[in-house]
Amino acid sequence: MENNIFHRNIKRRQNVGKLFYIILLLFSLIGLIGLSALLIQILRDGLPYLSTNIIFNYPSRHIDQAGLKSALFGTLWILSLTALISLPIGMGAAIYLEEFAKKNWITNFIEINIGNLAGVPSIVYGLLGLTIFVELLGLGRVVLAGALTMTLLILPIIILSTRESIKAVPNSYREAALALGATKWQMVKRVVLPIAFPGFLTGAILAMSRAIGESAPMIAISALVYITFIPSHAMDRFTVLPIQIFNWISRPQAEFAGLAAAGIIVLLTVLLLMNAVAVYFRNRYQVKSNE
Amino acid sequence: MLRNFFRDIEGNIFRGIFFTCAFLSIVVSVIIVYSLVSQAWGFFAEVSVSEFISGTRWSPILKPRSYGVLPLVSGTILVSIIAAMVAVPVGVGVAMFLSEYASEKTRKTFRPLLEILAGVPTVVYGYFALSFVTPVLEKIFPDIMVFNALSAGLVMGLMIIPMISSITEDAMISVPKSLREAGYALGSTKMEVSLKIVLPAALSGIVAASILGISRAIGETMLVTIAAGATPKMAWNPLEGIQTMTAFIVQLSLGETPHGTLEYNTIFAVGFVLFAMTLIMNSLGRYVVTKWGIKY
Repeated sequence: MENNIFHRNIKRRQNVGKLFYIILLLFSLIGLIGLSALLIQILRDGLPYLSTNIIFNYPSRHIDQAGLKSALFGTLWILSLTALISLPIGMGAAIYLEEFAKKNWITNFIEINIGNLAGVPSIVYGLLGLTIFVELLGLGRVVLAGALTMTLLILPIIILSTRESIKAVPNSYREAALALGATKWQMVKRVVLPIAFPGFLTGAILAMSRAIGESAPMIAISALVYITFIPSHAMDRFTVLPIQIFNWISRPQAEFAGLAAAGIIVLLTVLLLMNAVAVYFRNRYQVKSNE
Repeated sequence: MLRNFFRDIEGNIFRGIFFTCAFLSIVVSVIIVYSLVSQAWGFFAEVSVSEFISGTRWSPILKPRSYGVLPLVSGTILVSIIAAMVAVPVGVGVAMFLSEYASEKTRKTFRPLLEILAGVPTVVYGYFALSFVTPVLEKIFPDIMVFNALSAGLVMGLMIIPMISSITEDAMISVPKSLREAGYALGSTKMEVSLKIVLPAALSGIVAASILGISRAIGETMLVTIAAGATPKMAWNPLEGIQTMTAFIVQLSLGETPHGTLEYNTIFAVGFVLFAMTLIMNSLGRYVVTKWGIKY
């Protein structure tokens, strides 16, 4: 009787299990289907509008002449300045938390705080930048204010990814250095950092690709979205790629939607290239550690 | 001796610099709160807190003016609920597939593909919602508006699937093998082990993932600005246009509203509500992980 409990139902239960497996498989495909639909839609809309104009021309009311030149250079400006400011600070913070910090309340507080900052909506960083950099420090709606805002936005991301790459350095390396009489700082400088460096690069590139796609805080800083010049210094007004794309999306004419899709192709291509570089570094690093 | 001394000085200087970098994160938090509160202060000097919190009409620019934030909050919640209804079941399903069913090879190809979804800029999702999802929905619901909460919510769900699935997957993977083996030893099928042993054991991770995912949806900006419309209203009809808190902030930021005016200050009052909501949800998510989570 008791033996039958399993036998009586086992076929049905196994069939239900197979059905469940198929449902999970379908669920897993939803993401991929969504991604494919997105890419196909954008290529279909955007390819007819993709021309050299879009890279070499300034924005314009005339669709056949409109381009992304000022946005491309604006993005380049924001990105370089942001990298210059945020990478040293983010890495410094990560090195401190991983290598120097003692387990006490202040370390704990800093860690929770960084977790919280990572969850703050990006538009709130825009409001911060507007109050502090644009108004309080009187920078105005300029590249530098945008880059400082972006720095604060991606700092938690850089800190988290840098900590991961420092954590990946085996402890035996640290102990070997200390056993040879190195001070803590010498150990960090000559052993930990060089080994963690490829990981830094990967994290840095991924953080920068996040910065490229951010538009909400940049809108709060930049506001004006019709710019037909290249920023020549850090105190110039600017626009960035996603803002220009957003501008085209919000035009009522259908042709501008095509232009927006073409802009999105440019944006996604830049992101794809950056991620490819990141993957390249990651793989090179893995080969190295296997030797 | 002297060399050692200088060696330590260098170490201490760098230690100090690195600590300053880490401490900066606390300064940033203080600045966030300061910048929101100081400007919202100006807003609440002219508009009463009770009107702001309980008012059901939001019209800060067009006369007759009215400053009830509830329509923006309800719009935000509506879109987030739709997103969660898509992303939580799908995300948990994906996580279960990857942690319980998929081979190592499948997992390795699948994860980067999901990461692509997480890396697509939100402007792109906005375009996708407006130019693809809304026209498709139009075939099912002919009276849907061009800008509507449903389309934005569905695409938002797609966007946060990777976030929910990766946190849930971590929780499922950390369920010890011995629990699964005990289930199999009692004659359970794979589905029964997955649903009755792994799922409950990973519940804290799933709850946390959902809370964090919803918090992300609340703070999402460009997608809802592009696809969900700019008509703040208390309607809970997903086929209509609404306005979220974030979309309102962008709408007002687009015009260069002069500093110090009441209109300018409204975005900080709304921003403060947004900040408080996401902070509470993120803290709740972390609390669930640390306090409910069973350590194996």
